[in-house]
Amino acid sequence: MKQLRRKINGLRRSPKALGIVMFAGLLVVGTGYSTVSAAVSPNREVVRTQEQIDLGKKIFLANCASCHGKNAEGTQNGPNLIGVGEASVDFQVSTGRMPGAASGPQLEVKPVQFTEEDIAAMAAFIGSLGDGPSIPDAAYLQANGDPSAGGELFRINCAMCHNAAGAGGALTQGKYAPHLMNSSAKTIYEAMVTGPQNMPVFNDANITPEQKNDIITYLTYVQNNDSVGGEELGSLGPVSEGLIAWFGLLGLLIIIAVWLAAKSN
Amino acid sequence: MSTTQTKPQKNSFLAGTANYVDERVGASGILKEFGRKIFPDHWSFMLGEVAMYSFFVLLLSGTFLTFFYDPSMAIVKYDGVYAPLKEAMISKAYESSLFITFEVRGGLLMRQVHHWSALLFVAAAGLHMLRVFFTGAFRKPRELNWVVGFVLFVLAMAGGFTGYSLPDDLLSGNGLRIIDGMIKGVPFIGTGISSLLFGGEFPGHVVIGRLYALHIMLIPALILVFLAVHLFMLIIHKHTHFSGPGRKDTNIVGYPLMPVYVAKAGGFFFIVFGVIMVISTFFTINPIWNYGGYDPSPVSAGTQPDWYIGWLDGALRLAPTGMEFMIGEYTVSMNILIPLTVSLLFLALVAIYPFIENWVTGDKREHHMLDRPRNAPTRTAIGAAGVMFYAVLWAGASTDLIATHFKMNLNQVLVTMQISLLVLPVVAFIVTKRICLALQRKDKEVAIHGRESGRIVRLPHGEYIEVHEPLDEYELYKLVDFKDYQPTLARPNAEGKITLGARVRSSLSRFYFQDRITPATKTEIEQARHHAHELEAQVQKAIESDK
Repeated sequence: MKQLRRKINGLRRSPKALGIVMFAGLLVVGTGYSTVSAAVSPNREVVRTQEQIDLGKKIFLANCASCHGKNAEGTQNGPNLIGVGEASVDFQVSTGRMPGAASGPQLEVKPVQFTEEDIAAMAAFIGSLGDGPSIPDAAYLQANGDPSAGGELFRINCAMCHNAAGAGGALTQGKYAPHLMNSSAKTIYEAMVTGPQNMPVFNDANITPEQKNDIITYLTYVQNNDSVGGEELGSLGPVSEGLIAWFGLLGLLIIIAVWLAAKSN
Repeated sequence: MSTTQTKPQKNSFLAGTANYVDERVGASGILKEFGRKIFPDHWSFMLGEVAMYSFFVLLLSGTFLTFFYDPSMAIVKYDGVYAPLKEAMISKAYESSLFITFEVRGGLLMRQVHHWSALLFVAAAGLHMLRVFFTGAFRKPRELNWVVGFVLFVLAMAGGFTGYSLPDDLLSGNGLRIIDGMIKGVPFIGTGISSLLFGGEFPGHVVIGRLYALHIMLIPALILVFLAVHLFMLIIHKHTHFSGPGRKDTNIVGYPLMPVYVAKAGGFFFIVFGVIMVISTFFTINPIWNYGGYDPSPVSAGTQPDWYIGWLDGALRLAPTGMEFMIGEYTVSMNILIPLTVSLLFLALVAIYPFIENWVTGDKREHHMLDRPRNAPTRTAIGAAGVMFYAVLWAGASTDLIATHFKMNLNQVLVTMQISLLVLPVVAFIVTKRICLALQRKDKEVAIHGRESGRIVRLPHGEYIEVHEPLDEYELYKLVDFKDYQPTLARPNAEGKITLGARVRSSLSRFYFQDRITPATKTEIEQARHHAHELEAQVQKAIESDK
C-alpha cells in the first residue's frame, strides 16, 4: 500500500507526468465541455507545493489525526477525509469549527485556531490525498451577481433551514442551521460545495457557480443593508415582534395607565 | 358693581351652534345623561381603552393602506426600487405592498403602525379580558357583555389573520398553507371547503381578494357593531368598582365623564397613538421584502404566525403524531383534529364561563363590586390554569426558536412542552389556590388582630408580647368586604328526585367552595379589639408601675 503510494508520488514528479496531465486535460476539455458543470466545482489551477503538503501533514498529525486517523482514513470519532477536498478543510478550520471543541450534535463556531498559512497547508495536504471540491475561484466570490435570482434560489434551496432572512433555524436532535449574517462569501460558497455537517451538497450540476455567486450576492446585500423599518429584532419574525408588542408597547402603556390612575388620587 | 355676571353673548358662534344643535337633536339631554356617567379610577380599567384606541389607530392607518394596496393575485414582473427582488415574478398584491413600503411617502411607517397596533389591539383586549375575569366583573348583570367581549376578541384574531395574509409574501403564504391544511384535515367536508375558499387547489388566484373583502369590510364592521354594543352595555350597567369605604353594589364612586373623563380619555388616546408611532418608527415589523413573494414550493425555517394565532400553531406542533386512520377512502388526521377540537373547546369554555360560575353559585344578585382575585380562590386558580394552558400552547409555537436560542434539543423541547401542557395547568391551579387561601388567611389575621407594630413589651409577669395596631376603618373595609359562598347540597326537586344535574352542581359547588376562608366577622373583630384594649391597659399599667 505504502509502496504503491510512493510509486504514484514518484510518477507525479517524473517527466512523463507532464504528458499524462496534458492528455488528461485535453480529454476533459474535449469530452466534458458539453456536459460541463460536473459534480466538482470548477477547479482553478490547484497550486499545491510539496512544502505545503509536508507542513500540512505535520499539522494534521499533531492536531487532527487522533480523531481522523494518521492517514486521514477516519476513526470511530471522526470521518474519513480522503476526497473531501480543500474547500472542506478551509470551511471547517477557518470558521473555527475544527478542531472540534467537544463531540455533540453539531460542531460550534469558535475562535479560529490556526493561521491562514497553516490552514492552507492542511487543505493542501488533504487535497493531495484525493480529489474533492477545491477552494472556490475568487471570481465567484465578488458578490457581483444578480441579487434577485440569488434571493429566489435562496428561498427555494436554503430558506427551509436557514430562514428566508438568513436568521438560521432549528433541526432535529439539537442540530441547527446557523444564521448567515456574518458568513463570508468564501464560507458560503464552500458550505454549498462541501455540505458540512447536516447540510446537503449543492454541487455545480445542481446550482451552477454563477448561481452560487447570485446567492452570495443576495446574502451580501442582506448583510450590508440594515432593515429600512428600524431595529430588526434578530430577523426572527413574529416571535420577537410579539415580545415587543407585549413587553414594549403594552408594558409601556400599562406603566402610563398606572401613572394616570395614580395621578388622580 | 357685580363683576361676576357676564353679559349674555347674543352673537357668540359657540352658543349659537350649541343652541341650534340642542333644539334639533336634544344635545343637552344626551349630554346630561352621558356627561354625568361616573367612571371609577383604576389603572386596570384602562386596558379596554387601550384596545379601543388601538382599534381607532388601525382604522386610520388601514384606510391609508387601502389607497395603495391592490388585492390581485395576477403575476407581474417587479420593477420597483428594491434591488434583491428586481424582475422577480410576483403577485400584484405583493408588488403593491412593496410599493407602499418603498415608494409611498410614509407608506412603510403606516404599514408598521397598522401592524404594531394590530398586535397591541389583540394584546390589550386579551389583558382586558383577564382583568375582567380575575376581578369577577363578568357576573350578573354583565354575563352578556362578557360574551360580546369574547366575540370581539375572536373577531380581532380573525381581523389580524386576514390582514396578515394580504401582503402575499412567503411568510404569510406559509401561514395560509397551514390554514389550508387544517381545513383539509376536517374529515369528509375539508377538501370541499378548502377548494371553495381558495377557488380550486391552493393557492389559487382568488383567496387574497376574498380575505381583503373580509379584512376591510365585514370584520371591521362587525368589530364596530360589537364595540358599540359593548360600550352601550357598559353605559347601561355602569362601571364596576373595587371595594372601599362608601362603595357599594348600589352605587358607583368616581369622576363624571364630562369633563374629567373626556379629557383624560382623550389624552390617553393620544398617548396610545404616540407610543404606537414611536415603536413603529424604531422597530421593524413584518419585513415583507425579506421573505419574497409567495410561491408554494419554498418554506422558510422559523415560520410563525402573529402572536395571537401562536397558541393555535402551538397546538398543532404539540399534537401527538402517528394517530391517523382511514375510514373508507377518507383519512382522519388526528394530529389536526385533536388540536382543532381542543382549541375550540378552550374557546367555548372561555365564552360560557360566567354561566358556569353563575350556575354553580346559584347567585342571582347583581354584582357591581369587583372581587379581589384572592377572595375567589377557585375562580382565580381556574383562571391561572387557563392562562398556563394558553401560555404553553403559545410557547409551543416557538419551539424551534427556543431550541436554537437556548441551545437545546428541538425534540426534547417539544416533548417537554407536551408534558407541560398537561401538567403545568394543574400545578398552576393548585399553587394559585394555595396562595389565594394563604393571602386570605393573612388578610383575616390582619383584620382581626391588626398590624404588627414591631413594639415588643414585657408584661409584669415576664411575658413578652408584640403590640398589634388595629386597622382604621378605611383599611379594614378592603379586607372584610367580600362575599362568602358556601358549598350547596344536592336537593331533591319537586318530584322528590335528586337529578344528575343537581348532583353535578353540588359537587362543582364543593369543588369551588369547600376550603374557603370566611371574611372576619364584626363580632370577631370586636372581640379581638376588646382583647387588645385589655392588653393595652395591662401594658400601660406596667409602664406606669415602672415609673
